[in-house]
Amino acid sequence: MWSTLVLGLFVLAARHLAGQGGAGALTLVARDGRRSIPIAIVNNREYVALDDLAATFQLAVREESGALTVSYRGRTIVLTPNQALASVAGRLISLPAPTARAGGRWVVPVEFISRALAPIHDSRLDLRAASRLLVVGDLRVPRLTMRYEPVGTGARLTVDATPQTASVVAQESGRMSIRFEADALDVVIPPVQAQGTTAIVQAIRAADPATLAIELGPRFAGFRASTQTVDASTRLVVELLANAATETAAPPPAPPPAGELPTFGGPTATIRTIVIDAGHGGEDEGTKGANGTMEKDVTLAVARRLRAVLENRLGARVVLTREDDRSVPLDERTAAANNNKADVFLSLHANGSIRPATSGASIYVAAFTDADRSAAALAPARVPIFGGGSRDIELVPWNLAQIRHVDRSTELARILEHELETRVPLGARPIEQAPFRVLESANMPAALIEMGYLTNDDQERQLAGAAFQVAFVQAVADAIVRFRDVLSAGSGADR
Amino acid sequence: MNQRRTAGVIVLTALAANLAWVLFVGLPQWYGTPPQSAVAAAAPVAPAATGRKIKARLFYVGEDGSTLVGVEQDVLYGEGAVAQAKAIIEAQLAAPAEPWVSAVPPGTTLRALFIARGEAFVDLGGELMRALPGGSLNEMLTIYTLVDALTVNLPAVNAVQLLVEGKEVETLAGHIDLRRPLAQSLALVAEPTGPTDGR
Repeated sequence: MWSTLVLGLFVLAARHLAGQGGAGALTLVARDGRRSIPIAIVNNREYVALDDLAATFQLAVREESGALTVSYRGRTIVLTPNQALASVAGRLISLPAPTARAGGRWVVPVEFISRALAPIHDSRLDLRAASRLLVVGDLRVPRLTMRYEPVGTGARLTVDATPQTASVVAQESGRMSIRFEADALDVVIPPVQAQGTTAIVQAIRAADPATLAIELGPRFAGFRASTQTVDASTRLVVELLANAATETAAPPPAPPPAGELPTFGGPTATIRTIVIDAGHGGEDEGTKGANGTMEKDVTLAVARRLRAVLENRLGARVVLTREDDRSVPLDERTAAANNNKADVFLSLHANGSIRPATSGASIYVAAFTDADRSAAALAPARVPIFGGGSRDIELVPWNLAQIRHVDRSTELARILEHELETRVPLGARPIEQAPFRVLESANMPAALIEMGYLTNDDQERQLAGAAFQVAFVQAVADAIVRFRDVLSAGSGADR
Repeated sequence: MNQRRTAGVIVLTALAANLAWVLFVGLPQWYGTPPQSAVAAAAPVAPAATGRKIKARLFYVGEDGSTLVGVEQDVLYGEGAVAQAKAIIEAQLAAPAEPWVSAVPPGTTLRALFIARGEAFVDLGGELMRALPGGSLNEMLTIYTLVDALTVNLPAVNAVQLLVEGKEVETLAGHIDLRRPLAQSLALVAEPTGPTDGR
């Protein structure tokens, strides 16, 4: 019922508009409807007029003694023209640009709404600057990040909803719908490139305030949807399966069929090669225990043990990033994994803390920002091929190669945690994400394991001893076996 | 003529006497050490007692050793975002009051700071890398102490890039990528469990 009380909003390609510097408008969404607040561009920044805000939010604006006073129910904001500062109920805040005069009106940067107006206003004001959306009141307007990508002969649609939002996926004849438990959606819908007989999906569009509609193509055969929680988001993954009969009956024009293009670094169904990185080495000792145990020695000893166990149990090729005590640059370590086409990359480390009591192992997965994801989502480049024609290849920046594997890496981390927790002490937060340099460029599922703390006396003894190292290595080997099984089980849809 | 010369000498002598009094008597009285009672009264809020101050949330290592705790402290007021950012980083680099412990190695200096397009560039002295103990945890706590101190307190700062000796560095100690600005991350920040602040 709540969804009928509001008008929904779909903000399409707003970033493109912003990038062109067009004036446009800020769209305000509230329970009683929506309206526009004009945006003016001043010095390449987006501004809104103070009198427009005054009319919308019941503000009184007064100009006196060279200052502008904005009042709302006894609370005040004091602005000084040409200064990027404001006093909000007596507290000084900064603005990204100064208050200015344009077209005979006082204008303020759009961020004024979230930084100055929101703290004094009775209603919750949520400014989505990137999509030029202003949500007024306690409405549920999740931000959706969508990704559509070919996987094997099928395709995958990934939708991250922040904050966490439940959804229902349904299919009826040639259309699939994803309905979110929300009042409106804040979404930029990605383009779908395949058309005609080769298409699994022909178009994705907004159907109503809280529903996305997916127009299905002739190659669509079925789908499988799953959700998981990733930090503050709910991730919905819809695997779209291709119709093999259609593919045979109507072969796509050569050369070569788009659905059969090799994907860059896609997950493999088995584990043939594993690269183990023994952290630090040479002059870089890493952290050091009170009794002289050095991280670089522990990591090399455990890496050697792990190689022997993995080669025996999986029959896999195991490559170490260093065989002895020498310094290896971080990029060379990751390059060893990429150049050997490793299916799994593990970096081994030992930790240090300024508090001697801190102990326990932790598993890290690479972390990326939204800006990183945007940078990694480059359009495919069309290159000529031998014998005529052209093909699309994916271009992924070297330092962002891990982005497409983060889900698998997180899955690997969870399995590692499960196997380690009964055999070695784990830290308070066993799995964490952080921008680890050695993981970011890895073009395969990858994790970094901090085995324990050399700054803790007990753990220093454990880490240097055979009993701990054997237990740790067995747990990691069991985890790799389980991860291989997970990859094999999931390969039917991917391949 | 002699009378004029005599008058000039008298005037010069008087001026010299006045100057000597100002230098050796007046100035020490006006700007010298205040009485002992005044020192005692000023001590609890030194050394920032003379300037206007703001409240800022600074970050120190939690009791568990693996988290940061945000502590509200008085920080000198800075005119404009850059000056305020400098004041916050200087306060964060200063030795904290007991029992707080900073993740940033003692003696780390701020060389320069500037802000462009919402990204703060914080140039620190080389002692940071030399004094940083090993381990990814220490590295993360150090980095996010500084990143969060700016992004939490200054809305004008969305991300922070740490520089060392004026140059971009790959990592501080072999773990966290510093080649691009880092956004705020409160994943390492825990609710305070130690003594209440107000120091």
